[in-house]
Amino acid sequence: MAGAAAHLAPHSGSATRFEANVATRDAPWVKYTVLTIGLTYFVLFLMLPLVAVFAEAFRKGWEAYLAALVEPDALSAIKLTLIAAAISVPLNLVFGVAAAWAIAKFDFPGKQFLISLIDLPFSVSPVVAGLVYVLIFGAQGWIGPWLSEHDIKIIFAVPGIVLATIFVTFPFVARELIPLMQAQGRDEEEAAVTLGASGWQMFRRVTLPNIKWALLYGVILCNARAMGEFGAVSVVSGHIRGETNTMPLHVEILYNEYQFAAAFAVASLLALLALVTLAIKTYIEWRAGLNSSVETSS
Amino acid sequence: MSIEVRNISKSFGAFKALDKINLDLPRGELIALLGPSGCGKTTLLRIIAGLEQADEGSIILSGEDASHKHVRERHVGFVFQHYALFRHMSVFENVAFGLRVKDKKERPSEKEIRAKVTRLLELVQLDWLADRFPQQLSGGQRQRIALARALAVEPQVLLLDEPFGALDAKVRKELRRWLRRLHDELHISSVFVTHDQEEALEVSDRIVLMNKGRIEQIGSPREIYNEPATSFAYGFIGTVNEFRGRVEGNYVRVGEDLLPHGRTDLHDGSSVVAFARPHETEIVKGESREGVAAKVNRILNNGAITRVELIANGDARQGKKDYFEVEVTPADLAALELATGEHVRIKSRRLSLFGENETK
Repeated sequence: MAGAAAHLAPHSGSATRFEANVATRDAPWVKYTVLTIGLTYFVLFLMLPLVAVFAEAFRKGWEAYLAALVEPDALSAIKLTLIAAAISVPLNLVFGVAAAWAIAKFDFPGKQFLISLIDLPFSVSPVVAGLVYVLIFGAQGWIGPWLSEHDIKIIFAVPGIVLATIFVTFPFVARELIPLMQAQGRDEEEAAVTLGASGWQMFRRVTLPNIKWALLYGVILCNARAMGEFGAVSVVSGHIRGETNTMPLHVEILYNEYQFAAAFAVASLLALLALVTLAIKTYIEWRAGLNSSVETSS
Repeated sequence: MSIEVRNISKSFGAFKALDKINLDLPRGELIALLGPSGCGKTTLLRIIAGLEQADEGSIILSGEDASHKHVRERHVGFVFQHYALFRHMSVFENVAFGLRVKDKKERPSEKEIRAKVTRLLELVQLDWLADRFPQQLSGGQRQRIALARALAVEPQVLLLDEPFGALDAKVRKELRRWLRRLHDELHISSVFVTHDQEEALEVSDRIVLMNKGRIEQIGSPREIYNEPATSFAYGFIGTVNEFRGRVEGNYVRVGEDLLPHGRTDLHDGSSVVAFARPHETEIVKGESREGVAAKVNRILNNGAITRVELIANGDARQGKKDYFEVEVTPADLAALELATGEHVRIKSRRLSLFGENETK
């Protein structure tokens, strides 16, 4: 993740130059060996599973595929997944911008600690993350008894799923923005203030345009993870069909019940989401690349 | 607008960047804050602008205490060393920024903005670049745009932080002259920070010379160059020959050599630093007890004045300055018949002495 900002600015053209030059060119066999290894690996471990998902999904034909998707439990799983993403992504967007702003533009004690802490959800197993919430909000947890007294349900209910999703998708936006904002410094913001801009004008007219591609990139990755998260959500969900199942959980249940075609049909939706995410991500990288090539062409 | 700096101090951790600075800058002048890097000049400039908060003291702008005013209410134009242009905006939009962020009731109409920005771009002679983006401009052009942008909001005072520091020598010289011309046209009170003495001497009306968070001397470029008030000022401005030694009557003993001086208020035996400009230093040949022994290293003859570079004899230097420089007129040069490697003595008609611990 830390390197994500780096590939926002691809160095196109250097490979061609390297190849055209006799002095730096490798022997043809090196080139083809490396290519073969890379492509074989790619087909075996990436392409094949992806093709398999769609092949299995359509094995019993269009009607069975559609039937598996419009079935009430599937629809409720899709709905819940969308709700979880719709809540966690905007929250993490706001948090990410605020955290990146604080880290890049201010000096305060504990800054390094905060930077490390933001990475916590990446380094801890999602299952542990889920268990933490059970430990806090569950029936035997710290504030579980109080919650049940007041008839508030968090674990085995939608709030728990949203909380778990927020936790695992916490770092995406912040991680994209921090290196970029640190590199950009605060000169432009200071210039804006001396020219009479208010805090909000400075953010909207100067900061935001400078970070917009990295921000979008972070949001896209955050969304993909929010919809695809399995481990943490699985622990807090309770797997109540039609109520607390998200799409990944629904796929697992169907699969365990030997409804392979239906399982793959729902899985194909997730795979589709991944492909769309990739397409948007590539587009953003291309746009950001255009921007940076304008910047370096001076 | 006049700027008064009252007792300003600022520390970064244990490092004292500014130590009780007091300064009066009258309106309409172009003032240079000059000093070596780390002397606190940029910090002082940023405190005047409000981009940095002083630990103590106050900033008074036009007779009004502005210490607790927000940057945007101080009406200062700030020009950054690295331009700080808005990279996603065209040159035109950069200059228009200050006008567009004004409150609705003060904001000029689109037509007025267009007219004003065009006028400013003409002023900095870059109207043909209005649609370009900052990244497509050269450093010199960027800094001129940054200046136009700062001027757009009609600031009471213009603060420039090493404005030409990131540019190459030729462009720097050009922009210097241009800044001076611009100031003569607009007469806006301006303060610029520089570590380049040549720049300060050439452009400014007055120089504030700073060192280690304190002000060493304030004066016109002439005064600063011809009458340096402190040993730091002497060493920092212009080329200078430096001798360290002890007072012995009418002489300063430098190693085994004796330099005559004209001061009468010095005690025998006190340590002093003596300075002399190259054009105030002379070379003497033959048997004499007066003057510091040195060896002619190079004779640089380009132009009307010949510069002679000398190396101090070993015992005279004691790990201090190794080289001396003397400017000789063609007539004197012919009379001296100098040769490279020759042993001579140098002394000065106008030796300036400073006690080792003396500041004034």
